[in-house]
Amino acid sequence: MATGGGQQERPTRPSSFSRVSSSSFSPASSSSTSTSLPPGVRIGANGAAFVSSGIPDLDRILGGGFLVGSVVMVMEDADAPHHLLLLRNFMSQGIVHGQSVLFAGPTKEPRSFLGTLPSPVVQKEGLKIKHDVSDVQDKEKGLRIAWQYKKYFGEQTAVDSHNRDKKQEFSSDFDLRKPLERQLLNSQNVECISTQDAFDLSKLQNHCLTFVSKLSMKDGINSNAGRIAIQSLCAPQCGYFEKDWDMLSFIRSLRATVQSSNAVAVITFPASVLSNSISKRWQHLADTLLSIRAIPDKDLAKLLTGYQDMLGFLHVHKVAQFNSQVPVILDASTYSLKLQKRKSLVLERLNQAPVEGSSGVSYATSGSCSSSKGSLLDF
Amino acid sequence: MAELCDLLAEAMGHSLPVGKVVLIGDCVETSGAFVLHLLLKRCLSLDSSFVVFVALSHPFSHYDRILRKMGCNLSAQKKNGNLHFLELLDFSARSKENSVDDGFCKLYNEIRKSVEAARSKDTKASCVYIMIDDISLLEIAADGSENDVLNFLHYCSTLTSETDCSLIILNHEDVYSSEDAPRLLAHLQHLSDIEIRAAPLNTGLAADVHGQLTVINKGLLNDDRRSGRRIWNFQFKVKENSVEFFYPGSQH
Repeated sequence: MATGGGQQERPTRPSSFSRVSSSSFSPASSSSTSTSLPPGVRIGANGAAFVSSGIPDLDRILGGGFLVGSVVMVMEDADAPHHLLLLRNFMSQGIVHGQSVLFAGPTKEPRSFLGTLPSPVVQKEGLKIKHDVSDVQDKEKGLRIAWQYKKYFGEQTAVDSHNRDKKQEFSSDFDLRKPLERQLLNSQNVECISTQDAFDLSKLQNHCLTFVSKLSMKDGINSNAGRIAIQSLCAPQCGYFEKDWDMLSFIRSLRATVQSSNAVAVITFPASVLSNSISKRWQHLADTLLSIRAIPDKDLAKLLTGYQDMLGFLHVHKVAQFNSQVPVILDASTYSLKLQKRKSLVLERLNQAPVEGSSGVSYATSGSCSSSKGSLLDF
Repeated sequence: MAELCDLLAEAMGHSLPVGKVVLIGDCVETSGAFVLHLLLKRCLSLDSSFVVFVALSHPFSHYDRILRKMGCNLSAQKKNGNLHFLELLDFSARSKENSVDDGFCKLYNEIRKSVEAARSKDTKASCVYIMIDDISLLEIAADGSENDVLNFLHYCSTLTSETDCSLIILNHEDVYSSEDAPRLLAHLQHLSDIEIRAAPLNTGLAADVHGQLTVINKGLLNDDRRSGRRIWNFQFKVKENSVEFFYPGSQH
């Protein structure tokens, strides 16, 4: 980061305009004086409504979660399927909150993907807080080197139980080892569509339109948010794969549909199978753009701490901004994806290891660790 | 006006363009939409001006709220007839009966009609501006047909010389710079009189400086200017209600 003063959350403005919005979640449009928000929706700065991404760390990084009415695009890594972790948590979060979910995948039986969705961690309140404290205490024993402290500051400060209550409701911790209960998956709110043999995207487009219109058909107070999750939209096995402009047209219409609705769309796509210029067009259409990279090479082991536990990197390219022209500048835009205790997904800031005096490996040579895709890690 | 003293205004010749084509370029890392918002505000602040805004990217409410924070009321301007807002979020030039060409024809005719109507009103609009946000979405609407988009743009730029109105276009440059044959970009650069390019800093992200702006003003050599300067490069920081422009290292 070039200059200091970066903030974790977007600043709240003292006098913000009330949101006379297209989605029904703003306080101004609810009929009762008390805001009766459906579960899983939170109002943030400027009257913007958020739903959780299913990963508490990601919600915090993005300043609240996924903006309702936005399109999130995730650039997949050609070598590793970690984008599925994001999709699974996203869908599970929606199901747990009773939100409608529409899933489209490039397989013959997309329904089977639902069997891999994680279940939320169920723990007693007191137990969870005690757990965190004992964690920190454990780490206080033994040999510690000063630069390791950075990991523990800020990220794990004790949150008072009141905030924790609210947090638990909005975004759940998922246990990736336990699958989601069958009965939750069989509700009529979860739809699955296959994109494998589709020769064009008109069927998927119609499904999305009806999905979104169903969301607004319920009366104002009970209307819920909806989630559209599309896996590998431009996968080579899809029938429409060659039709670049049809795909762009679909994304554009999806964006217009979602913008004026209570839905959030998450689209993952393997950017490497698209030409550079078409890939840029896709990236420009996203409101929030993330990319997943697998760990590129062993050289990084010398440069980063905790390298062995990392699954990959998550890079935040763009963050959706609601009714504002100010870009969202994050403290750090690359995070490491880790499985904590082999069950829950966490995102951590990258920590550089200190320079080894003998071998003379310095930070300056971090240029060599840039992946073949040509972008440097942003610490 | 006090606002027209900043670096961007200086680069554009201390006045809003008349009968010119302005091309705003940006990339994924740094969005150039704020330049469009600023120019929209400045155009509407003139005494008698008329703006046709072709919005393919965001709905009216988005621009309304952003401009309101900057001190310009788009809804009022729309009511007064100073702003003709075309919300074309799902505009598709190709439809069942028409070809792409016809779709663009209709769009061009609509723009031309409203420009001519503004010129012929009793209270004659002295400055007319056509703003397009953005070109890459026009290409998607045209199903990738570059020729049709180029035709449309050529017609619009001829309109600027015929009726003395200006054309301000937002374009995502990085889409074309990665292509082998950036034809559309080359045409746009040739057509334009002023190019404004927003790019990220070479050093990466920063909270105080959001990027750098390069302005190439080709028209200045024709005027009687002593400096004859054509290229400006400075940095910017985007705020809710304004944009700060400054040379590197001289931010207050």
